[in-house]
Amino acid sequence: MRGDRIRGVLWGLAGVLAAMALWEGYKALAPADGIVIGELTVLPRTTDIAMPHIWDMVARLFDPVTRAAGADVLWWAVLQAAAFSLGIAALGWLIGVVSGMVLALLMQRWLTAESAVLPWVVLSQTVPLIAIAPLVKRWGTAIHIGSFEWENWMSVAVIASYLAFFPVAVSALRGLKSPHAADVDLFRAYAAGWWTGIVRLRLPSAVPYLLPALRLAAANAVVGTIVAEVSIGLGGGVGRMIIEFAATASGDPAKTWAPIFGAMLIGLVSAGLVSLIGLGLGRFRRGEAPA
Amino acid sequence: MGKGTQMGFIARRGRGATVLTGAALGALTLAGCSSDSAEPAASGSDSGSDTATEAPAELTPVSVQLQWLTQAQFACYYAAADQGFYEEEGLEVEILPGAVDIVPIDVLTSGGADFAISWVPKVLGAIEQGAAVTNVAQIFERSGTMQVAFADSGIESAADLAGKSVGSWGYGNEWELIAGMQASGVTLGDLDGGSTVQQAFDMNAFIAGDIDAAQAMTYNEYAQVLETENPETGELYTADDLVVIDWNDEGTAMLQDAIWADSERLASDEAYAETTTAFIKGTIKGCVFAKDDPQAAADIVTAAGSTLGTSHQLWMANEVNKLIFPSTSGVGHINEDQWEQTVGLALETVNPEGATIITADPPETAYSNEYVDAALAELADEGVDTMGEGFEPIEVTLNPGGE
Repeated sequence: MRGDRIRGVLWGLAGVLAAMALWEGYKALAPADGIVIGELTVLPRTTDIAMPHIWDMVARLFDPVTRAAGADVLWWAVLQAAAFSLGIAALGWLIGVVSGMVLALLMQRWLTAESAVLPWVVLSQTVPLIAIAPLVKRWGTAIHIGSFEWENWMSVAVIASYLAFFPVAVSALRGLKSPHAADVDLFRAYAAGWWTGIVRLRLPSAVPYLLPALRLAAANAVVGTIVAEVSIGLGGGVGRMIIEFAATASGDPAKTWAPIFGAMLIGLVSAGLVSLIGLGLGRFRRGEAPA
Repeated sequence: MGKGTQMGFIARRGRGATVLTGAALGALTLAGCSSDSAEPAASGSDSGSDTATEAPAELTPVSVQLQWLTQAQFACYYAAADQGFYEEEGLEVEILPGAVDIVPIDVLTSGGADFAISWVPKVLGAIEQGAAVTNVAQIFERSGTMQVAFADSGIESAADLAGKSVGSWGYGNEWELIAGMQASGVTLGDLDGGSTVQQAFDMNAFIAGDIDAAQAMTYNEYAQVLETENPETGELYTADDLVVIDWNDEGTAMLQDAIWADSERLASDEAYAETTTAFIKGTIKGCVFAKDDPQAAADIVTAAGSTLGTSHQLWMANEVNKLIFPSTSGVGHINEDQWEQTVGLALETVNPEGATIITADPPETAYSNEYVDAALAELADEGVDTMGEGFEPIEVTLNPGGE
């Protein structure tokens, strides 16, 4: 078991090294104008503007963001932005998971609800994010309840949850319907109520369906958070940083990659956090169903 | 899955697992909540929301929606807020930075902000579609948009754009370009590729040669090119390496950054009308401050949360000063000839879909000099020079990457 873990870490490191070697290798070998077929560029340019050296990108992380007095070191600024975005993504994920579960339970309980709601659940994902984001922000700013005021970051969390709830709702519904008829009949024979059936039978057997869905939801929440930050202009996170640093894409190309590393870090951390949930539910994992 | 084992573990482990799941979710909830509620507050200075806290009770809260991120383009507003000019006028101003999908006029008409900053041609279309907004102060007198090409590209004027690949950001930023081409007899179909090329937020496509003539603001993208190393010389690109088509010179400039107010509130709400004058007055003071000390203005904007490099920020503050000063009739006053030119071009210029910005003259309420003139009169009484007749821009040296 421990050997497995060490081997896993080594393979992970090997993967990172391979990606770096591929980057530098392509940069060294391919023509500066990239690989062009006819008029179409199929692989990117290899100039220092398009593909900075890895060591330049890493070295840039240890310089200050700007030369302004009191500017943070770049890696620290990126880390703070990543933590900020991760926090919002986590909240969005949580809202998404809860609402996805509630929807799945509703649809499992009443067949009418399934016919009525499921098409809308699917349809909801065809509405582009850039159309929804300004709407959510606008509706949000109209909310004033007592001293509560809707803040921009709440809009971002709601948008993230909008992307996150979908895989949960769909997979949880499949999972809740997955127990064998014989098991369901047995519960019925014992005159177990609906709730008992859910807690003792359906939820446990939904776990193998839910875990991949939770991971997907986490990825969606992260993407939703970053895109929504860009879209509605929430400051402090990685998404906004990507847009702000675009101004230096030609003059200081290594800097533009820093927030992208931040986004990758968020992805890794969120995937790690979700797999922790899987560890806690290990007893119910009997081979995961694909989401 | 065997039935027996399943029933077995449910009987034995069901409760434990439920508790465990609950605990895990609970922990996540706590983690999510605590990090979320703490961090936006800590980084509030970025979104400008910090200005909303702890104001003396008599200040009127006012919000203004910008059309892009915090940068020296909006030095007037940030300087006015930082230097207490708004406070002197009895206002507590919250500056809302823009973003990719934020349309300032939509925010204004939906009540999300009291004022909005936007280019005139973009708003003319919204007005024709029913937005009741009024241009109450034309902060930028000149256009900052141009088309940049390399000196060896053979492009010298709008007429030379035919057959070239021409970049534009679209979303209403393309009108001066199209009007300028139209005036020189070049249609969109004459361009390489049959239309303009969608340009990103950076100038990489231009520097790589994918775009022959790229859209650039004097205060931003033009500087981005000058901050980039020329691989042939190992030095930064210089103005001599570039050719610029300036729409002010071509005669197709349209009015840009203006302060827009809600027409209905102006008509019905006296307090709002007074606030409008006060807001314009404070803003003009901010512009004058930025004119006299562009370095201080640039530093204020950087402190307000902009991550642009310091030399780039100073360049932007200096170029924006040039768009405002010297002023023909006082900062903010809407010159009728320029308004007519913008409206005229908006009526005539045909976009790729074959439509013009507007099809009929805008209503009377589309602009008003009432508030800005009142502000200018008060400023004249206070001895503030709003003309900047002897204005001389400073020389800004750009560093690599704008640092």
